[in-house]
This record gives sequence, structure tokens and C-alpha cells, in this order.
Amino acid sequence: MFEKEVAGVELSAELNQFISEWKEKPGNLIMILHRVQEEYGYIPREVALELSRMLDVPLAKIYGVITFYHFFKLTKPGKNIIQVCMGTACYLKGGGDLISELERLLGLPVNGTTDDGEFSLEAVRCIGCCGLAPVMTVNGEVFGKITTEQLPGVISKFKGN
Amino acid sequence: METVNVKFNGKPYEVQKGLTILKAAEAAQIKIPKLCDHPDLEPWAACGLCIVKLENSPKMFRSCAMDVQEGMSIITHDSEIVQVRKTVLELILSRHPNDCLKCGRNGNCELQNLAADFGIREVPYPQMVPDLPKDTSTSSIVLDPSKCVLCGRCAQVCQNMQNVWALEFLGRGFETRIAPAADVDLADSPCVKCGQCSAHCPVGAIYEKDQVSEVWNKINNQCPGCQDIYPVVQIAPAVRVAIGEAFGYEPGEISTGKLYAALRRLGFKAVFDTNFSADLTILEEGTEFVKRFTSNEKIPLITSCCPAWIDYLEKYDHDMIDHFSTAKSPQEMMGAMIKTYYAEQQKVDASKIYSVSVMPCTAKKFECDRNEDMFSSGYQDVDVVLTTRELARMMKQAGIDFAKLEDEKADEILAEYTGAGTIFGATGGVMEAALRSAYFLITKEELPDVNLVPVRGLDGVKEATIDIKGTSVNVAVAHGLVNVEYVLDKVRDALAKGEKSPYDFIEVMACRGGCVGGGGQPYGATDEIRAKRAAGMYKDDEQSEIRCSHQNPMITKIYKDFLGEPGSHKAHKLLHTSYKPRKLYNK
Repeated sequence: MFEKEVAGVELSAELNQFISEWKEKPGNLIMILHRVQEEYGYIPREVALELSRMLDVPLAKIYGVITFYHFFKLTKPGKNIIQVCMGTACYLKGGGDLISELERLLGLPVNGTTDDGEFSLEAVRCIGCCGLAPVMTVNGEVFGKITTEQLPGVISKFKGN
Repeated sequence: METVNVKFNGKPYEVQKGLTILKAAEAAQIKIPKLCDHPDLEPWAACGLCIVKLENSPKMFRSCAMDVQEGMSIITHDSEIVQVRKTVLELILSRHPNDCLKCGRNGNCELQNLAADFGIREVPYPQMVPDLPKDTSTSSIVLDPSKCVLCGRCAQVCQNMQNVWALEFLGRGFETRIAPAADVDLADSPCVKCGQCSAHCPVGAIYEKDQVSEVWNKINNQCPGCQDIYPVVQIAPAVRVAIGEAFGYEPGEISTGKLYAALRRLGFKAVFDTNFSADLTILEEGTEFVKRFTSNEKIPLITSCCPAWIDYLEKYDHDMIDHFSTAKSPQEMMGAMIKTYYAEQQKVDASKIYSVSVMPCTAKKFECDRNEDMFSSGYQDVDVVLTTRELARMMKQAGIDFAKLEDEKADEILAEYTGAGTIFGATGGVMEAALRSAYFLITKEELPDVNLVPVRGLDGVKEATIDIKGTSVNVAVAHGLVNVEYVLDKVRDALAKGEKSPYDFIEVMACRGGCVGGGGQPYGATDEIRAKRAAGMYKDDEQSEIRCSHQNPMITKIYKDFLGEPGSHKAHKLLHTSYKPRKLYNK
């Protein structure tokens, strides 16, 4: 038995239900981690500790998995998630410039979240609309053929929402 | 033995079936280079150096992870293979700092040796050394991820040999690193400080915390306020059968007399032997066992000499704390006796004594201020711990010609030892020593044959039943922490059902082979070397005139003059300790 201590976190009834359904099945860890991220938006440390206890999987192994896959997040994302495409077409059309400008405007590094929790900035790879390059999305809404001059307008549209 | 016929480089060989190509080649006197494969571990094909070709196949295969098959024709070396291996090495070197001269593994590094063998003169790739900070959070080991070659041995050892799970690969690609979960410090992780990671690391990425300079300055009275300090030293059982390896001797060569002489030349005013306090441990722990066994109270008793095991039990098995012997380890018993009994007898001011111990172990560094009981003399009982590797370096710095040293004797008052004390250094040794004396304590007669062979050897779990004049004592011995849960689960199951424990007495040593295979011993331990070192311990035992702890005249004297009797109030104050549950992660 690895983790014995009950972590100070209350899991929702649905999450508990999901965990007990998957507990004994092969591949349970990755399925459960997906479900946790769906609920919290990231993998909170206390939840990882609680999973270690419930599944009897060492915490080191859980972190091995969540740091290997880019999909899993270790910190709470902002309310608005900005994703800038760095796929080949967008990269050539200035995706990198968009990222630098957003970093400057928001005062955060890529993969970071603003102190007020309003915005997260991510670099992603090919979101499938290369014809609109360079492309960024905010909360899933696509902005194509965007220029650095248009960025303040986009940010103000979402700020405070 | 089932065999298969293979060809290595066109020449036929009959080799054992089921071996990997790499191991079969070794049996055929062909060395294939490698950085990740290790005889203690299952292969996991990380480094890519051991590639070979099969005849009629254009591909290259990793020989560590492929078994020999009947009829295989294997090419282990040709110009193409050598070139590919060289490229792999160059890539590894491109993310490894070029500071060999300032590295603890200089002259003893597997990567450095390979770079020399392959004639690396320049690295054609840009140097991209990961910028990761050193972890110096524990008092035992230092993790320097910038030197890591990502072979993964440390994580394999930590997880599969020790079941500790402090270390894991985190991240991916260039970001990959070895670290505890969530990049916490080792001190906040489940790490038990056994140091097996450092003993298996091929390079200088994990190593013992080096305290050689600290000790040099103290014994030469060169630090502020230490002009009149009185440096003394103790050496652990397993050091004497391994330190010779640093000076060209075979593993298992007993160097006790030379060690005593070398320590005096380094400037220690008194030289003691932890084997003496191992005998003392047997009197305390043996008495504790006999008391519990005859009253059937809190059985089984579990040994507590090993600090990595103490840390593991407090973290992972704290439901068993009641079963843990309260006896301190021999190192700490010696520490307490030096600053009380010895100080009193020799009229030395205990506050001036600087007590050094030389141990095969990195966890002993952690043990010496583990809790308040380690200050039982009124001072820190053991001031500083050096590993075998550190002492070897110190002796080289002092220009000691080890081979030509004449044997000397230690300071008898805390050094006279029996064969029982010396075998503490090998797995099963504490059990064997304890049973030799328990037999006497229960029956008041001596054990007819003191050689308890069933508890010796390298099987991960050894079980035996010893007959004490009609009463059976069931014992279990586990070494390598991965073997502990099997034994404890059997106890838990029985106790939960209200049944008698299947064992009365359990010995645990964290490292494979016991202290002879400790995390602070000279590099390169394999089962072959562990067995040779253990054979040295048993030879020392056989050569001893007295082979039972309770017959040690200096032990009789220390109880008569100072401690009273085993388990007395004074003995409890100085020689016993306590345990408490700890979290796996502090934060």
C-alpha cells in the first residue's frame, strides 16, 4: 500500500463513481486522470494524492504520466484560454509573433496564467484550419488571419467575462 | 541447463537459453558497451549503446532486451556498429557537462570510460546541458540532474529493488528529468536515503553528500573553536571487507587491522569498532526478544539496525511500529557510549569529543540526528558519518600506502568484538547473532552449533525455524526493501484473523545483501561482489575466538561498570529509541 493518508479533498459523487467503475480495469489511471481534468480543468495535487491512495499507485508514477502527456495540466488554467497555433502554416505566417505579442500584452510566459486568473496562453499544434493561418482560438472561438494589431481588441472582448 | 547454438561474429557458441544477447555475449567473453543495463535490474533499453546486428537483417537491435534464439548469427562489432555507438555517445555527451575534473566520479565513471574507449575527441553537436538545480535537501545524497544521462537505473532501483518510489522520470523529450513526484525536494519525498540510486548511477548525477573536508578541518583543529577537540572514530562491520577494493584488493579481503592503523594516521585519537556495539545491540535486542517471546507479547519483533528501513517503516509500514525493536542501531549505541562511558573512563570532556563514524551507508548520515534520542549523551552522539567511499578518498588524500600498512589494534574498551558482532554486515547476520545469544538467554546453555546457515545468502526472503530445546522460533530475513511487504503481509493477515504470527522474529536490511551491499560502499556491487564481501564477514566470524555476543568480556564489563544490566533504566535512556508515523510527502 503506497499512500495511506486521506488527502484533504472531497471528490464529487460522480467522480467517485467513475473511479470505482474504473478502479480494477487495466488502463484505469489515464482514464481517471482524463475525468479529473474534465472536472477541475487540471490535476490538482491533492486529487493526485487521493488517487494514489485510492488506486494504490505511487504518486511518482502519477506524475510520470501527467508530465509525459502535454494534455494534462498541473496548474489551474485561466478563465479564458488562448491557444495560438504553431503548426507549419501558422508558424510560417507569424504564429510566433502572435505569441510574443500576447506574452507582452498579458505579462505572462507561454503556458502561463495571468495573476488575476483571467487568461492562460498556450501554444498548440495545428487546429485544422491552415487556410486561415495564422490562427488562434479563445475558448474555442477561432480567429483567423489575425494580426498583432488586432490582439488588444480580442483580449478586451473576453476580459471580465 | 538448456542451451541454444548461436554465432557471435561468425564463430559458433553454445549458450544458455533465455539469456539476453548481451549476457550471452558476456559468457562468450565479448563485452558489449552499455550505460543502462545492470545485473541487478530487468533490461529496459534506454541508452542505445548495446546495439548489435543480426546476419541477413538490415536493422540494429538492442542486445540488452533481446533473448538469444537457436541459430541466431549475431554481429556484435563492426565498423558500422562502432560508428553508431560513437554517435550515441556523442549525443549523450552533448547534454552532459564537460567538467570531469570537478566531478565525484572522475576516474570511476562509466560514461568517461566509454568516451575514452571510443576515442571521443570532439562532440560535433552543440552543447545543451539542462539547466536544473542540484537537490541537496537530504543529509545523505545529492541529486544533480544536470549530469544525468537518463539511463533510468536510479528510478528502476528506487522503484523495483527498494519499492520506495521517490524517483521517477518526469517530463518528456528534452525536458525529461529524474525527480520526485511534482519536482518536490528529495527530503519532502518518500526517499529513505538508502543511497542505492547513488551506488547504481553510472555517472556523477547522484552521489553521497561529501563530508571529507569537514572532517579534515575538525581533526586537524583548523576550524574556529575546535582547537582542543578530541576526534574519535568507529568503523562498521561491512567497511572492513570492502574498503580494500579502493586499493586494488579483492572484495571480501578483511582489512580490519590496516583500517585501525590508517585511522590513527589520519589523526583520530581513539579508534573504536562498531562490531563491539553490534554485540551490545544483541544484548539489548536479544533481551527484548526473549522478554516478548516468552510472554508472547508484540510478536513478531522486527530488527531496527538499518536507518533506511527505519525511515521506510515510519513512512510505509507504520502500522507495525509496535513490533519494531526499540534498540538503537550499533552506530548510535557506540555514539552514546563514546560520549558517556568512554568519556568517563578516560576522563575526556564529552563536549570536546568529535565522534566520526565510517559506514557502508548513506542513510547513516540521516540517522545521526534522526530524532532527539540521537542526542542521549547530552550532545549529538555521532557528529558526522563518512561512507566507505569517502574514507577511501580521505586515505588517498593522506597518502596512506594501504597495502604496506602494518596491522594495529583498536582501543579495546569499545572495540573488542565477537564473531556475532561482525556478521551484522551481511543479510541474516543480525538474526544469526541474536539467535546465538537468545538461545543462551532462554536456556542458560550455549548453542551447540553457532552456524545458522539457513539465514545466510542472497535469497530475497529467507525463512527458518530454529529449535531452542524443544521450543520452535520462526524467523524471517528480508533484504532489498521490495521483499519486505511479502513478510509483513503474512504477519498482518495472521494477526487480522486472530492467529499466531507466522514469524517470531524478523530481520530487515534495506540494501540487497545487507550492509556489504550498502549505498555507501565502493562502486560496482553485483551479487558476485556482495557474496564475496559476505564471505569475508563469515570468515571474520569463523576466525573469532568468541562467536557469541554475550560472551564478549568487554560487554560484560560495560554492563558491570556502567549500564547495569540489559534493558536497565540507564540502558533504555542511552541505547533505545522510538518511532512515529511519517507522511510520504511533506508538502
